[in-house]
Order: sequence, then C-alpha cells, then structure tokens
Amino acid sequence: MSSAALPSTIADGPDTVLRDEVRTTGMVWLRELIRFERTRTRILSGFIQPVLFLLVLGWGMSGLVGTTAGFDFKKFMFPGIMAMSVVTTAIFSGMSIVWDREFGFLREMLVAPTSRASLALGKTAGGATVAAAQGTIMLLLAPLIGVHLTALLVIEIIGLELLMAIALTAFGVFVATRIQKMEGFQVVMQLLLFPMIFLSGALFPLNGLPGWLGVLTHINPLTYAVAPLRQVVFAAQNMPAAARQRFPASVELFGHTLSIGTEIAIVVVFAGIFIALAIRGFSRTE
Amino acid sequence: MATIITRDARPNVVGVPSRPNVIEVRDLTRRFGTFTAVDGISFDVREGEVFAFLGPNGAGKSTTINMLCTLARPTAGHVTIAGFDVAARPKAVRRHIGLVFQEPTLDDQLTAQENLRFHAVLYRIPSEEVDERIARVLDLVDLSDRRYDLVLEFSGGMARRLEIARALMHVPRVLFLDEPTLGLDPQTRALMWEDVLRLREEANVTVFLTTHYMDEAEYADRIAIIDHGAIVAIDTPEALKATIGADTVDLQTTDDAAAAAALGRNGYRVEAGADGVRVFVEHGETAVAPLIAAVGVPVLHVHVHQPTLDDVFLHYTGREIRESHGEAMSSRVRAFTHARRH
Repeated sequence: MSSAALPSTIADGPDTVLRDEVRTTGMVWLRELIRFERTRTRILSGFIQPVLFLLVLGWGMSGLVGTTAGFDFKKFMFPGIMAMSVVTTAIFSGMSIVWDREFGFLREMLVAPTSRASLALGKTAGGATVAAAQGTIMLLLAPLIGVHLTALLVIEIIGLELLMAIALTAFGVFVATRIQKMEGFQVVMQLLLFPMIFLSGALFPLNGLPGWLGVLTHINPLTYAVAPLRQVVFAAQNMPAAARQRFPASVELFGHTLSIGTEIAIVVVFAGIFIALAIRGFSRTE
Repeated sequence: MATIITRDARPNVVGVPSRPNVIEVRDLTRRFGTFTAVDGISFDVREGEVFAFLGPNGAGKSTTINMLCTLARPTAGHVTIAGFDVAARPKAVRRHIGLVFQEPTLDDQLTAQENLRFHAVLYRIPSEEVDERIARVLDLVDLSDRRYDLVLEFSGGMARRLEIARALMHVPRVLFLDEPTLGLDPQTRALMWEDVLRLREEANVTVFLTTHYMDEAEYADRIAIIDHGAIVAIDTPEALKATIGADTVDLQTTDDAAAAAALGRNGYRVEAGADGVRVFVEHGETAVAPLIAAVGVPVLHVHVHQPTLDDVFLHYTGREIRESHGEAMSSRVRAFTHARRH
C-alpha cells in the first residue's frame, strides 16, 4: 500500500466553467457509445426488427402494389425503414435514463457539481450518435433492395439521420424525466413510438389518408424527418417520372408541396424545442 | 465480535482543539408537512474525525445526510461544509464532498476504470492527473487488479469499495457514507471498516457516516445518537458507555449467598440474583481473577459484561435499536441488559 498523499483539494473556483461543461457533455456522450458498442444483442435486435418490417411489409405489399416503371414498394419503404430504425433507437436511448435511474447511475450524475444542461446535452448527443449509427447499418440492405448508393448519398443520409436522431433522442430524454417507473417506459413505447412511426409516411404513402389522420401526420415531427431522407434516396435513383408520381416523397401542407429545405427547417425547430424540454426536464429531476 | 482494529492504533483525534471544524450544523430542521423529520439539531465535526450518526430507521439519519450533501433543502437552520454554506453554494459543497449512497450508483456495463474516469470529468479533475488518481484510489481499496474489469462482475462488497474509491477521486474534505455496510456479509463489513479507517489515515479525509449497526458505530471517534429527529447524545464511544455505568461480572457458584457475603466483606458492590451474583467493577476483565480468589466458594460460571452502545442506545431512547441482524447482540447479553434496567 503506497502512502503518498493525494494532491491537495481542488481550489475553489466558479461554479460553472464552460470548458469543463463541454468535457462533461463529451464524457456522457462517450458513455453512450461505449454502452452501445458493448451491447451487441441490442444492435442485432435493432437491425432485425426493421428487416422484418421490410420483409413482411415490403415484399408482401410489393405484390399488391406492383412495380411502376421498374420501381417497387420495397424501394419506397427502404428510407422509411432506415428512419424507423433511427427513431426506435433514438427514443430508446433517450429513455435509457429510466434505466440509469433504476440502476442508480443517474444519481451519480445528478449529484455532481456540474450543470444539468451539460448532462442532458451529452445524453442527447450520445443517443443520437448511436441511433444514427444503427440507422446507417441498414444501408447494408441497400444492394438487396436494389437501391443505388453513392458516396454523396451516404453522407446525406447520415446527416439527416443525425438530425432526426437528435430531435427524437431529446424527446426521449424529456419523456424519461417525466416518468419515474419502468412500467411507464412500455406505455410510452406503445402509445407514442408506434403511432409516430405509422403516421410518418415511413411505411406507406400518406396521400391516401382520411382528413383527421392527415392532421395527425402533419403534427407528427417524424413526418418532416422521413420526407427529406426519402427525397435524397430517390434523387440518387434513376427514377422515371411515373414512379415519382406514384410514390411521392415530399410533404404536402395546405396544398403546397414543401421543399426539402423547409422540411429540414421544421425538424430543426422540433429538435430545438425538444432539446429545451429535455434540459428543463433534466434540471428538475430529483 | 472480533475487533478489527485496536483502539491503540487510532490517533487521538478527539480532544485536539487545534483541528478546525469541517462540518458545522446549527439548528437544522426539516419538516415534511406537519411531520418534523429533523428537529433543530446542532453539532460540529472536526477535520480528520470519523463521525457516526447512529439511530434506528426513520430517526432522521438519511434526511440529515441529504441536507448536509445539498440533496435536500433544510426547512430551517444552517450547515457549512468545508467553509461553504450548503444553501448558498451547493456546487462548491459538492466539489468538496464524496458521497456513497445506500444503493449502488455505478454503471455496471462500464469497467472500474471507466466509472472512475466518468467521475473524474464530472468533478473537473485535470486530465493529466486522472490516470494517477485512478491508480491511487484503487490501491486504497485494494481493487488495483480489477481496474479493467466490468463492474457487472464485481461482488456487492467490491462494488461498494469501488464506490468509496470513486468518492475519493476528487480528494473530498468530507466523505459521506450512508449506511456503507448495508446488505454486506459480516466479513465484507469488517473489510469495509478497515478501508474506512485506513482512508482517514492515508487520504486525510473526514468521514461522516450513518449506521444502525451498534457494533459499527464503535469504530467512530465520536457518535451522535439520533432518535425522532433529535440528537439525544453526542460523545466518544467510551464516554457514552461510561455514562451508563460500570462493567459487571456475573458469577454462578455452588453457594451464591455465601459468595455474595464474602465479596461484600471484601468491599465489592454486589447484587444477589435468582441465578447468581452480580458484581459491579471498574474493569470487568481484570477483575475476574481477584474476584474468584475472594469469593471463597467454587465458581461454576463467569460472565463479564461491558456496557455496549446497545445499552447506551437503550439508556437514551428507552428502546432497543431494531437490529436487522442477530450477531451483534446475543440473547444472553440482551437478557442482562434488561436486568440492568430493572
């Protein structure tokens, strides 16, 4: 047992130092990555679930829908399936705070002499990175579906996935700070996640929905996140006009077709709101 | 119960007035609605002390420790830790204290080192010092060889020791341990105490702990007995025990009446009971030999009883502390404790 004394106590300083807060955010981010990398089964199940949707719905519906100028339903679904993978992982990651609470680690974070905002931002950044990674793994399926990938497209996809993931992870963090029990987690998953995915255009075109459902799709943040992803994927495909007509990618709002820029801007606004809510929720957590 | 560390090995911290107070508590009160959990308590803890808060569950221990650690706001009163007011400068206080809770707060999917690194960042330890400090604190709790292992693979005792190591990473002035040995087996509890007492020496840290184990509180330099939110006694274990009287030696002989008479003639304070003779002496263990020489009749059985903190607790609260384990207090001792009060 060595008897060298520890260095003397840290000198008193200001309660908040930006450099240290950034370091804290980075550490919380890194923890999410380490945990993701260590839970291979989670990565695998996060891959298999969307694949099942793609197989069952994609191949099943393809027979029904048929192909339009060589473009089939699987190709329509593919960006949606990627989005589904990102969103599920993002909300799950954000809500892992419920686990942190259950297993005590949340307390280690909450009692630290650091700002809650840094912790919330780190958790959001970490969860979003993991979710975007999970979504990007789906690109492995592209050749199977016949979706043509270019370097630019991959970069665009990762960028859009990150944006979508940030918004949804922050949303998950916010929801998690509102629920105290594990049971609440299941309820949220069932009542929020699945309707959000189904009413986002990820799995089928939204243009045939009745009016009241149309309203729901338009207040669903995910709708505006799925559309740009589909647009960039379609843009990289050699897609005939008839197919574009048959499988619309953009969001229609009040009779106008939104531009990709507008859609992205809407997602950015949603992300900002959710991050603010996440920070607020985290700051009030005991 | 086996003595883990002898008293002689401990430095005489108590009664050294030159040491400054590191914790100062004045009229601290916490109410929940109409219920008063902590009722205007005041005390000081000096630098380098091991200070125990002893009381049954629900006595106000956890509420007090939470207020001292800035995790709960006092309804009234003041607390300063290392010179910082807990209400005015909670973050400064947190930088100067180490916390180990009753429930584990480790990430078991991370390694010991990763848990410590995480903590280092949260507590602003300069990057270049982190590795050295990790090595140092793991050495203190004897976990150096588990540095790269997942916490998932740790036993309950190892995890608790890692939490203590982690709490020392940022060199706190005060280490708060809330029921540190709860849920650990007796052997692990003993090891834990070795760690805690060594830390005081090697890490130069003041230790404030809560416990409802009487036998553990004896390791502390000073004990505050808390009951119904108030401190009913506060002193060294020896002084507390002294307040409730002398040691006793119980003798069973072939002729108890004759024995009592003989001892009385020799100047002993004697009480004859149904199942033997009780003698009150200054120091029970050294009194046995002269007693047996003086008693004059054959002795069948000898039992020496020194006052324990159980007796102290009973004395001050009129109740026994509710023990969740049985080994600290044999039923025989318990019987004598009752006899003493009647």
